[in-house]
Amino acid sequence: MAILELHGITKRFPGVTALQEISFGIEEGEVHALVGENGAGKSTLVKILAGAVRPDAGTVLYLGHPVAFREPQDAIQQGISTIHQELHLAPHLSAAENIFLGRYPLTRRVTIDWPQLYRDAEAVLGRLGVTLDVRQRVRDLSIAQRQVIEIAKALVHESRVLILDEPSAVLGRHDLRLLFGVLAALKAHGTTIVYISHRLEEVFEIADRVTVLRDGRRVGTRPVQELTVVGLVQMMTGRSLEELWPVRQHQVGEVALEIRGLSRGQVFRDVSLQVRSGEIVGLAGKVGSGRTEVVRAIFGADAVDAGEILVFGRAAAIRSPWAAVRYGIGLVPEDRKIQGLLQNRPLVENISLTNLGRFIGAGFLRLGQEARAVLALVRALNIRAAGLGQLVKYLSGGNQQKAVLAKWLNSDCRILIFDEPTRGIDVGAKVEIYGLIERLAAEGRAILMISSEITEILGMADRIIVMRAGMIAGTLTRREATENRSAFDALLDG
Amino acid sequence: MKENVLASETQTGAPAFGRGRSWAQVMERYGILVVFMLLVAASALLSPVFLRPANILNVLRQISITGVIALGMTFVILTAGIDLSVGSVVALVTVLAASFQRLGLVPVLLLGLAVGSAMGLINGVGIAMGRISPLIMTLAMMYMGRGLAFMYSGGLPIYGIRPAFIQFGNGFTVGIPNSVLYFVVLLILSIAVLRFTAFGRFVLAVGSNEEAARLAGVRVSRVKVQVYVLSGLFSGFAGLVYAGQLGIGVALAGLGYELSAIAAVVIGGTSLFGGQGSVFGTFLGAAIVGVTNNLLNLMGIDPLVQDFMKGLIILAAVLINRRRT
Ligand SMILES: Nc1ncnc2c1ncn2[C@@H]1O[C@H](COP(=O)(O)OP(=O)(O)OP(=O)(O)O)[C@@H](O)[C@H]1O
Ligand SMILES: [Mg+2]
Repeated sequence: MAILELHGITKRFPGVTALQEISFGIEEGEVHALVGENGAGKSTLVKILAGAVRPDAGTVLYLGHPVAFREPQDAIQQGISTIHQELHLAPHLSAAENIFLGRYPLTRRVTIDWPQLYRDAEAVLGRLGVTLDVRQRVRDLSIAQRQVIEIAKALVHESRVLILDEPSAVLGRHDLRLLFGVLAALKAHGTTIVYISHRLEEVFEIADRVTVLRDGRRVGTRPVQELTVVGLVQMMTGRSLEELWPVRQHQVGEVALEIRGLSRGQVFRDVSLQVRSGEIVGLAGKVGSGRTEVVRAIFGADAVDAGEILVFGRAAAIRSPWAAVRYGIGLVPEDRKIQGLLQNRPLVENISLTNLGRFIGAGFLRLGQEARAVLALVRALNIRAAGLGQLVKYLSGGNQQKAVLAKWLNSDCRILIFDEPTRGIDVGAKVEIYGLIERLAAEGRAILMISSEITEILGMADRIIVMRAGMIAGTLTRREATENRSAFDALLDG
Repeated sequence: MKENVLASETQTGAPAFGRGRSWAQVMERYGILVVFMLLVAASALLSPVFLRPANILNVLRQISITGVIALGMTFVILTAGIDLSVGSVVALVTVLAASFQRLGLVPVLLLGLAVGSAMGLINGVGIAMGRISPLIMTLAMMYMGRGLAFMYSGGLPIYGIRPAFIQFGNGFTVGIPNSVLYFVVLLILSIAVLRFTAFGRFVLAVGSNEEAARLAGVRVSRVKVQVYVLSGLFSGFAGLVYAGQLGIGVALAGLGYELSAIAAVVIGGTSLFGGQGSVFGTFLGAAIVGVTNNLLNLMGIDPLVQDFMKGLIILAAVLINRRRT
């Protein structure tokens, strides 16, 4: 029996129709994947099921009855829990408080029973196979850990339907296995799962059926057994995707960026590395291995205790991102919402911000010139927006990610650092971005790329530096890593 | 298909509303302008005198001092800050301007601008480098500034402002009050700075998301110092004009101006959380208050009602400006 049935769901936003007469059913107990390009309408659909957005037309049947959730709390109470694409945690509360938000155990009905709360929180996380200090504030947790807190929250609500909007985008390989383990356990208990991901291999691994959206319309719903990756991509994009990896054209030149003995407290120690012009270097490692912290330090976003940074052979005093940009270093940060974008400003301002000097003549901004340059980038990255003036917060997750990339393409930095550049980006767009990174390298820029997707690192990088527990565990060429995967995995896992 | 939409919509600033532009959306964006025009229309109907040039100039003259201060305040609030010290800058500047008349017009003007900027600089450094909250830092400066004005003047008015200075503050040029001219020029300048300079973009970026701005290579501390200096500079200028209008320097000058300025900014639709708002909105905010007071006067209503009305306007404005989520 269908636990959820959608009939003619339509949702319009100013300038776009996000969903157009969507009808399909989700069977009780199945894992139903929802796929489609960036901006196809997946998150909007999820928000409707979660009671966060109301459709303009159409009905949702839940357990056979029409429902119209007025607010997310209604959906949660009736057994539909949702983990949204952008996490919604209270950053200043502890992990435990977030898990039990509004449902704290009490002592004699008066005060919060803290020891009990912490024990309960640990128990819930235990069911997920995770141990972390539940007293820590959420803002001090890594993104992967925050994700786990969100899942734990849903567990607490004993939900019949669990909807996950791109949960794996923020997870490393290790954490992903953990998540799949949890989902398998939930499924065994009869929980219905709606799963969104741009990583199609995941869809084939865990889903029973897939619904494909394209430009707000439903293209089809199929059991996964009937599909191949190629066929699915064809359904999503309307075209076939021949080659994932770009043809290599870049030529490795002189050393552009050199780091010597960079250390910061317990976070990372004695990190030394080189990136040459025209070279793509992958920085691999588990979440928490210190990769992000190292690149932030290179970019001047965090202070270091010791170490030197050399740019084209000269010592560079980088104490702020501004200084880094002056030395020609750009960083695409891992968290677009907090670090990457001005949510309530227009797309055009976000993209041009890194290099406004380009558009200034006689002290004033040339808005026409700015709009043209930004439009070219928007087109190159195929960013879907209602216009250059659209506020970034109204873009779909993947399009926001592309906006962050566009921002740094606007700069003329000769050294570009990407921290998870394709997080949340659809397959088609990924190929475009790989092509773009390749072009940047071919133009002679030095590229340092962090990725938790091993295939991405293996597909793109000339050299792979592996970090583990704040130190460099080893360096491999792409050939070594591809031909000897077990050696690579051993480096990663230690 | 979507790409075509993109191609035709290359304007900056304005959100792209598609075909379905609803009344609610128009109100959301232009609400305050609509209210202002309705108010002007109503005033014109209620009082035959209202639209006469002399009366219009009178309204403008009355809002010009706090208006100039509000322009600087707009930049501060756009960075999600606040400047409570502006009224005290006015007080200190009137006192110093009155007592240094012997230096001559231009040196006194430079002195006033320097004092205002210096107070702004201290605010900015305390906030950006000292990490003191803007409210606390400028509250302290508010008391210290006015305190200095009292100490310096001994609590007594300082006389002796010379005719040239009075002409500067209270005179007319081609039939228009000087203070109105200054206000209009600074208004246009401020609009241009916010919309067409890198500094303006940095201000909006810092107010919208400080961390993202920093990671985009914006020197956040510097921008913060700059907005407080700007606010101090504008307030110093307002103090000079005010001294010329009063004809004396007095430590009680500019009392409560910080709140009038903040009111204009808020009524004008600038968010106290930063990152959203406009200079022209601030002008409308100041003008709405000015026109309402003027209308009450023209209709012979007790001026004691004015503060009450201002409160109502603020309340109405935040409801109109409320952005739907
Ligand atoms: N609040 C909103 N206001 C205006 N437009 C919106 C709003 N929310 C979504 N949209 C638009 O609706 C479309 C669908 O967005 P949605 O977030 O559902 O896409 P998605 O399939 O989840 O994409 P992604 O894979 O990038 O996360 C996009 O064009 C987006 O810009
Ligand atoms: Mg989405």
